[in-house]
Amino acid sequence: MSLFDHKVSELHSMLHKKEISVSDLVDESFKRISEVEDKVQAFLTLDEENARRKAKELDEKLAKEQEFGLLFGMPIGIKDNIVTKGLRTTCASKILYNFDPIYDATVMQRLHEADAITIGKLNMDEFAMGSSTENSGFQSTRNPWDLERVPGGSSGGSAAAVAAGEVPFALGSDTGGSIRQPAAFCGVVGLKPTYGRVSRFGLVAFASSLDQIGPITRTVEDNAYLLQVIAGLDPMDSTSANIDVPDYVSALTGDIKGLKIAVPKEYLGEGVSEEVRQSVLDALKVLEGLGATWEEVSLPHSKYALATYYLLSSSEASANLARFDGVRYGYRTDNAKNLIDMYKQTRSEGFGNEVKRRIMLGTFALSSGYYDAYYKKAQKVRTLIKQDFEKVFEKYDVIIGPTTPTPAFKIGEKTSDPLTMYANDILTIPVNLAGVPGISIPCGFSNGLPLGLQIIGKHFDESTIYRVAHAFEQATDYHKQKPAL
Amino acid sequence: MSRISIEQVKHVAHLARLAITDEEAEMFTKQLDAIITFAEQLNELDTENVPPTSHVLDMKNVMREDVPTPGIPVEDVLKNAPDHKDGQIRVPAILE
Repeated sequence: MSLFDHKVSELHSMLHKKEISVSDLVDESFKRISEVEDKVQAFLTLDEENARRKAKELDEKLAKEQEFGLLFGMPIGIKDNIVTKGLRTTCASKILYNFDPIYDATVMQRLHEADAITIGKLNMDEFAMGSSTENSGFQSTRNPWDLERVPGGSSGGSAAAVAAGEVPFALGSDTGGSIRQPAAFCGVVGLKPTYGRVSRFGLVAFASSLDQIGPITRTVEDNAYLLQVIAGLDPMDSTSANIDVPDYVSALTGDIKGLKIAVPKEYLGEGVSEEVRQSVLDALKVLEGLGATWEEVSLPHSKYALATYYLLSSSEASANLARFDGVRYGYRTDNAKNLIDMYKQTRSEGFGNEVKRRIMLGTFALSSGYYDAYYKKAQKVRTLIKQDFEKVFEKYDVIIGPTTPTPAFKIGEKTSDPLTMYANDILTIPVNLAGVPGISIPCGFSNGLPLGLQIIGKHFDESTIYRVAHAFEQATDYHKQKPAL
Repeated sequence: MSRISIEQVKHVAHLARLAITDEEAEMFTKQLDAIITFAEQLNELDTENVPPTSHVLDMKNVMREDVPTPGIPVEDVLKNAPDHKDGQIRVPAILE
């Protein structure tokens, strides 16, 4: 039994009754980290001293019965592409191995205001480019359910840390599935909010028109709490939306009577394994039992999403990653003859192969003579993909399918061929291209490996996603299973 | 027919300020060729009259009040610089 088997609302009630202290919660994190981190390797940096100091401060606040933030005393792990003032932030890249941010991301400011406690920074694929966390410049995180397998990526450290019970909360980022896919592989709850719902200020940019920060937790309720804290307009991010943030927790009514579900035939077709397909059909039966109805629909341009995504995200990345040049921060080569040579050597020594590949693909797609054929073409197909979703959402409340075509694969299994690795994300990428929100929740197991159900909603309708996810969670016990670490 | 040649890969690497060895150039040529060939499936679609999407939300020209706020202190700016002197970031010679 771990304290983190309790939801935040239960932990808060225990804190108020003085059954536990905030220091107990932080102790629980570091105790679990000392037990399992050797195996899981989810963290790149720990912030134990500050976390314990903050816990003491909050315990004093608790004794004085002052006002409490929404995540009062909750330990949280942060993906290492979100800048944390005074706490090393590397993007799991050698080029930022020593980067000490001089400001906090907006989401970090909001977490501080909500009285959450940062435990440390979590491993990821370098600059969030990857689906297995094997592209980390520092270490390979393991899947807590099977240490021979990947946790997914790119937020693999975030999902693995929550699944392993090291922290009850984590932040990830999702550009093409990087929250939902690892959440599915690790059997936890991960939400990619609507593009613009959460400020990207302080998220080291990969593909600016697709990136979103989102919560990873063990339960839907905890997830709603964390989104509540980080969502909303931010003057520092002009792409954050000026739309009111609803009360997400109050959406968790358990009532989905009359809900209309669309199930895209493309999401249960070729490439999707039988066990995954079956788990989704079983989940639909559960939802039907709760009063929902479902029909098969088509998102006809789904098969073009992967190519569209790699052209657009790599193009944006090639521009965004130009800033890593060894001048103002991070790694700089020792053996440069002149400035241009310094740029080239620094970047070649600092970036891993996947990052170089995508920078080159993007540079190519944006270069004179190829721009219209690749970049602009992909932007046009993006419009078609977005329209697919708009059409379905005219008639239905949510779209449901699997999060991934298969359960977690073995470490090393897909590293040799980039296209094989990319194919993992066929079910999550269209959501980013359309900018709509999507969640992955546990919906079964195959040979002891978790499977994820993806629930996709309309723009800014995270409430309905949470309502459906919560109703499903109440009717099943997949989220209560824990890996035997 | 290959979509990208080894010379093009070397040129793109130069544009992106990446130094790559001949062996790396060969590897990246093969991989990028496969990815670009895969991406050409988009040509199956007629997009003649489809407008491009660069941003999914319907917002443009987000303005703010032009109010001065404090800048970043020099010591903060220099904190992460690999090399600096007299309040300036130092880089290798631009001309040989």
